[in-house]
Amino acid sequence: MRIDLEARAQRSTLREILAPVGAMIVAILIGGIVVSLMGISPLAAFNVYFVEPLSQSYSLQAIAVKATPLVLIAVGLTFCYRANLWNIGAEGQFIAGGALGGWLGLLTNGGAMQETLGGWWILPAMLIMGVVGGMLYGLIPALLRVKLNVSEILTSLMLVYVAQLGLDWLVRGPWKDPAGHNLPVSVNFDPEATLPILFDGGSLHLGVLLAPIVVVIAWIVFSRTLFGFQVRLVGSSPKAARFGGFNDSRIAIAAFAISGGLAGLAGVIEVSGKIGQLIPSISPGYGFSAIIVAFLGRLNPIGALIAGLVLALTFIGGEDAQIALHLPGDTTLAFQGVLLICVLAADVLARYRLSFRMGGAA
Amino acid sequence: MDQTTPSADRQPGAQGAALLAVRGITKRFGAFTANENVTLGLSSGEIHALLGENGAGKSTLVKMLYGLLAPTEGDILWNDSPIKLANPNAARALGIGMVFQHFSLFDNLTVAENIALVMPKSERLEDVPAKIDQISRAYGMGLEPNRPVWSLSAGERQRIEIARALLQDPKVLILDEPTSVLTPQEAEKLFETLDRLKAEGRALLYISHHLEEVKRLCERATILRRGKVVGTCDPQVETARSMAALMVGAQIAEVRASGQHELGKDRLVVANLNAPSPTLHGVAMKNVSLTVKGGEVFGIAGVAGNGQSELFANLSGESLVDDANAIRIDGAPVGAWTISDRRKLNAGFVPEERNGHAAAPDFSLSDNIVLTGHGSDGLTRAGFINGAKALEKSQKVIAAFDVRTGSPDPLARTLSGGNLQKFVVGREILREPALLIINQPTWGVDALAAATIRQALLDLCARGAALLIISQDLDELFEISDRIAVIHTGTLSEALPARSATREQIGLLMAGMGEGDSHAH
Repeated sequence: MRIDLEARAQRSTLREILAPVGAMIVAILIGGIVVSLMGISPLAAFNVYFVEPLSQSYSLQAIAVKATPLVLIAVGLTFCYRANLWNIGAEGQFIAGGALGGWLGLLTNGGAMQETLGGWWILPAMLIMGVVGGMLYGLIPALLRVKLNVSEILTSLMLVYVAQLGLDWLVRGPWKDPAGHNLPVSVNFDPEATLPILFDGGSLHLGVLLAPIVVVIAWIVFSRTLFGFQVRLVGSSPKAARFGGFNDSRIAIAAFAISGGLAGLAGVIEVSGKIGQLIPSISPGYGFSAIIVAFLGRLNPIGALIAGLVLALTFIGGEDAQIALHLPGDTTLAFQGVLLICVLAADVLARYRLSFRMGGAA
Repeated sequence: MDQTTPSADRQPGAQGAALLAVRGITKRFGAFTANENVTLGLSSGEIHALLGENGAGKSTLVKMLYGLLAPTEGDILWNDSPIKLANPNAARALGIGMVFQHFSLFDNLTVAENIALVMPKSERLEDVPAKIDQISRAYGMGLEPNRPVWSLSAGERQRIEIARALLQDPKVLILDEPTSVLTPQEAEKLFETLDRLKAEGRALLYISHHLEEVKRLCERATILRRGKVVGTCDPQVETARSMAALMVGAQIAEVRASGQHELGKDRLVVANLNAPSPTLHGVAMKNVSLTVKGGEVFGIAGVAGNGQSELFANLSGESLVDDANAIRIDGAPVGAWTISDRRKLNAGFVPEERNGHAAAPDFSLSDNIVLTGHGSDGLTRAGFINGAKALEKSQKVIAAFDVRTGSPDPLARTLSGGNLQKFVVGREILREPALLIINQPTWGVDALAAATIRQALLDLCARGAALLIISQDLDELFEISDRIAVIHTGTLSEALPARSATREQIGLLMAGMGEGDSHAH
């Protein structure tokens, strides 16, 4: 027997919207089986993972804070993936942005550079430096690809390790807090270099508001502007794009710059809004999880917002499960991997139908 | 041979001599019926024509005969007993060979290696060249087993495909549009080989929509339209016109001849264009020169793969050339200008491949208006696309060129080939270009759509535009061109006036047998 994929004659919007929902359900079922093989009631696990985090204010805030970097990075990745550029180094661009923006937080520590102007300019400048840091770091694989035809998959991924080790060295070396008992951490930022908390006693910080703004702008760019048209066109039909007179190298550089810039913004928001200092590792893999978010969100900025919240829920639920059910933290990562595979499979099934044929073997 | 009325189905069983036959065969793909109740018989020692337009269901039918598709209903008969063909191996084992329209050869392998790939595992590679020599001599093919395929012409490549099929000593040979890439002389050589195969008592199924060839070769023809047999006839008795009427189901309006008209100023001047090949096995442009005036149709003939797409890319600006003066549009040296800048000089372009080059398949028709109109037609403001205006323009194209669509603004991929071709040609014509450069304007398009497109091109020309048409269809070029030049391995011949040139002259030039390396100035 032979199994073939046959293209469906009609593409249905409903089917394409339902595909990620179906993928989610299948992934939860698989997760339930795995959890029950580990001797834990799948219903209890479902409750801890998906129900409890949605019923308490502090965990809802935690979900929003967690979703912020995921959404920002995923919106940027959407530009790359739509243009058929495989930037899988957002983690590195996140770190580069966090480090460069955080550096300003270190330079202004203890009231330095604030004598004449005061401290109002520090936060905006940090955010800009975060964007610039991520952007410059993202341009390395873009230029290598455009000028030398080097695969951006390899370079962007390898640059993640460079960024991780680079930050690690900085925090253990030049940026170490001299009064920090030799711990590998920097000094704490001044309040002027810290994103303010929105509500007293909560964890929501100002950076959380930036994510929906970026989502709306990106959605307008994609659906209304010639630039968004070019990005979609270059990825979907490169020859037609060249015939249209669009320069694919310029689009590649722009897409990587946007992607890197948004990852860098996410990095500096994380450093300034949540961590408050520089430490050897500032990301639990946001740059990689955001790849799932981008695809789960159907490479659409609004989809990325929804998917980012869903994935943040699995992170928070996973943390709760570690405490309540003693499930290892890696279960969360494994579940996210299963979810990505289900989404990709559902994508294929939304566009193709399986046909089973007898006796086709040769 | 009997001649039946168009509506009568022929019963192969009654004929008694059918080697391979199909009886009442139907093939459905979902809701679409590609073949409906088709009956047809092939006898030993005949060349049987299968006629029909693009999309009439010819390919579906032969794929079933070669085991690539399974019929939904009906029987395939071999010597009057029903058989099941699970795959092409089963068909070959029975004695059915097939020569495909598109070559399935590896460029970097030799002739012998390409042929050895499909031989049974028991064959040894060392023995293959001798066998090829034997077949090649027996049928006058002139194949050299150790030549790499990339160095061969289309005619030679096709002979490899035929030799490959003949090595299995088939009793039935199916040929799908075998002359579409051949010069007239190469085609004649193919016909001689086919005559010899027929004389040996093999049964040949010859698929074509070139009626003159069918008259040359066949005594029996089965005509398909929309998946159904609409008639069988004797091509020796019928006229090309009567068979065309059966194929199309309607009389085709004759394209109005361009007649006498005033020529305007030089719109496109190409002077000694030299450009390296953009790809490994592509074609370099060598000293190409031509001039097209307003109100003139300049045709470029040639066998596929002789530099047509490379020339088009140079003229459109998809590939830039070093010498800016090599290409001038309305006097401006545009050799180093991008395609968008050339469009701003009121030039329009239609490349050969409509899906994925002329149009983005996953984009709506109105988005595909933006594709070529964004820089010059006021479709954008401050970086934002004016979607309403793009939609309005696409509706105009749809109405003016009778583009059949399932919804008001469908994805380009959902249109049939002919309708999408009408759209991409109409899109450029409605921009009223002063210069239109078009590669294969009616390739793979049904006769009615082709007539619409040719008429629109002539009308544009009558309004004073200069037209450069690259085509492999000689009939088309003779029908609408004022002058015809031939491209061969990147060199362009002298342009001949279409009224006085003969097919033989053009055919010799297509085969590279012109008077040296002369070119037009």
